[in-house]
Amino acid sequence: MTLALILLSVLILGSAAVAIALRNLIHSALLFVGCWAGIAAFYLWAGAEFVAFAQVLIYVGAVSMVVLFAVLLTRQGNELEPVKDDSFNRFIRALIAGGSVAGVLLGAILGTPMDVNTASPAPTMTVRELGARLMGPHAAALLIVGVLLTVALLGAVVLAAVDRSDQPEDAP
Amino acid sequence: MSQLQLCLVLSSFLFCIGLIGAMARSNTILVLLGVELMLNAANINFIAFWRYGPDHAAGTGILFVLFSIAIAASEAAVGLALVIAVYRHQKNIRLQEANRLKG
Amino acid sequence: MSASTDSFLERAPIEARDWLVQLLPAPLQWFTHHLITIGAILAVFGLFFAFTTVAERKLLGRLQNRLGPNRSGLPKFSALPWHLKHKLFGLTQPFADAVKALTKEDIVPAAADKLLHFLAPVLVVAFSLLTFAVLPFGRNMVPVDLDAGLLYFFAAGSATELTIFMAGWASRNKYSLLAAMRALAQVISYELPLLLSVVPVVLVAGTLSTNEIVTAQGGWSFGILPHWNIFTPWGFIGFLLFLVAALAECNRSPFDLPEAESELIAGHLTEYSGFKYALFFMAEYFGLTALSGLGVTLFLGGWQAPCDFLPFIPSYVWFMGKLVMMIVFFIWVRGTLLRLRIDQLTRLAWQFIVPLALINLGNAAFWALTASWAGPLQLVRLGVSLALVVGPFILLGRRLNIGRGPRTYRYATS
Repeated sequence: MTLALILLSVLILGSAAVAIALRNLIHSALLFVGCWAGIAAFYLWAGAEFVAFAQVLIYVGAVSMVVLFAVLLTRQGNELEPVKDDSFNRFIRALIAGGSVAGVLLGAILGTPMDVNTASPAPTMTVRELGARLMGPHAAALLIVGVLLTVALLGAVVLAAVDRSDQPEDAP
Repeated sequence: MSQLQLCLVLSSFLFCIGLIGAMARSNTILVLLGVELMLNAANINFIAFWRYGPDHAAGTGILFVLFSIAIAASEAAVGLALVIAVYRHQKNIRLQEANRLKG
Repeated sequence: MSASTDSFLERAPIEARDWLVQLLPAPLQWFTHHLITIGAILAVFGLFFAFTTVAERKLLGRLQNRLGPNRSGLPKFSALPWHLKHKLFGLTQPFADAVKALTKEDIVPAAADKLLHFLAPVLVVAFSLLTFAVLPFGRNMVPVDLDAGLLYFFAAGSATELTIFMAGWASRNKYSLLAAMRALAQVISYELPLLLSVVPVVLVAGTLSTNEIVTAQGGWSFGILPHWNIFTPWGFIGFLLFLVAALAECNRSPFDLPEAESELIAGHLTEYSGFKYALFFMAEYFGLTALSGLGVTLFLGGWQAPCDFLPFIPSYVWFMGKLVMMIVFFIWVRGTLLRLRIDQLTRLAWQFIVPLALINLGNAAFWALTASWAGPLQLVRLGVSLALVVGPFILLGRRLNIGRGPRTYRYATS
């Protein structure tokens, strides 16, 4: 079990790190998809079946498509523009910030005694129980999320839509 | 190191990779994807604590992750629509050059 | 049902597998168990794919008043003193096609992204095969009985969209990329109707597990009328919507705009040749078969026999029979209907199928809430449900055609 977790971690972290570093946007977007699929595999490993499939359906199926379309719609003429001067400085600063956050988090994790029973079998939650929870105690949150999704998608359409009134497309 | 700690280490490294990406890259899409990675790292924590926590039946971790995925999806949709709107105004999506309030 | 559970043919495949597995030492058993299942699926559906292609070509030929492929028989082995004279009705055509595809030159464009160009056909076959894992092929014959099986099916299916994009982009050909965008737009906009047409089944059955959905459709009224979902008003319209959405999802005629053979070259597959093209072709048929299998599972009662006295025929035979009927229906549609324009395609999805599917969801909720009605109230239940199907169908169908008379041509005489 631990070996599987370590392999998954290497897959997730490796693809995420390479995706951040690559200059080819399409490649890095596809690597992000691999990273999300790895996270879904982690959920499966932890016994959260429903969440894993939801993650694949939403991230690999939907978000990846939106990202790829956005990359294509905003492409420059020459794909590999020269690196700007300030990029290196910003990279160093980001590395310092990220490294220090990682250090603090690692210290906190390793310094906290966590006496959990790792030998216990993975818990399972059937879809029926999950649905009962969602429709029972969390019904209000579910409604709000539904409204939020609708509003967000409508807003996205309004933001991205082109106003074509000033340049009629089928002018003679 | 226990398995829970391994999960937490994984999620904190993922969070830092997302943070570095969001800070170091100037392409708006990659910055957005970095933020998505940080959200995913938080989700990993929720699932890990649900897996090793005391109360499995309540399923709070799973429910929280479901809501978090929904919010992340809407964030990606709105964020990328904004990226396209910015691109239409300034013909590139470098974050450093998006500094005008008037279109 | 009681007699069939014990019949030898019904249990034969499972028992053969279990006998083979228990021969091996314990640590290997779990692994072999799944390996045999995978091997069986690959063998059965690989052959099924091969004969679907030849059936499609022969049936289309008959629909168009020609013979279709009937030449390829067995090769003549000169070493043998005899050879079969008969052409076997051209049934060996798919194997000849496979040899042709394997021996063709594999051309990769010079500017292409070599890695993605290679990965796309491999991944598309892998993803389309993943969906078979949750289909119940017979009683106790579902490869992986997942609690969220239906969600898994759609998750695995949605991953194939990624490969369409990879194929179009990696070819480094603007027509490929444009065609990939068109294909994606179509597949994504028909994903919603597909899901919406499936949700009522989940609502009434109360589960996402494909196995339990089939079990919920067991039983007969009066011994001859099975309790399949298609024989309820909401199930009937749901099945029709599912068929339309599945056709569009598989890029099959009349929704084959992305690779309209007679107008475009091959859409996003323009730069693929030889075996890679064959892999895409294969994945398309696997996707069609998987979606047909899902339709059989959700609406046509899966492996359940249609009549009280028929279950002596094994369950997997029923499943495959219904599957073949669905495929033949798809081929028939391809030979009959004309291709839609892109605006007709999207208008059909958003103005007709999606509203109808949403109303159907309410209809199914009504059906589930009134499950306890008995006696004359059952007729009321049926009447209200039928009205909820027919009324919106007529109203939406009328609205779809308002202001759209026969097309006029400005620069051509008709």
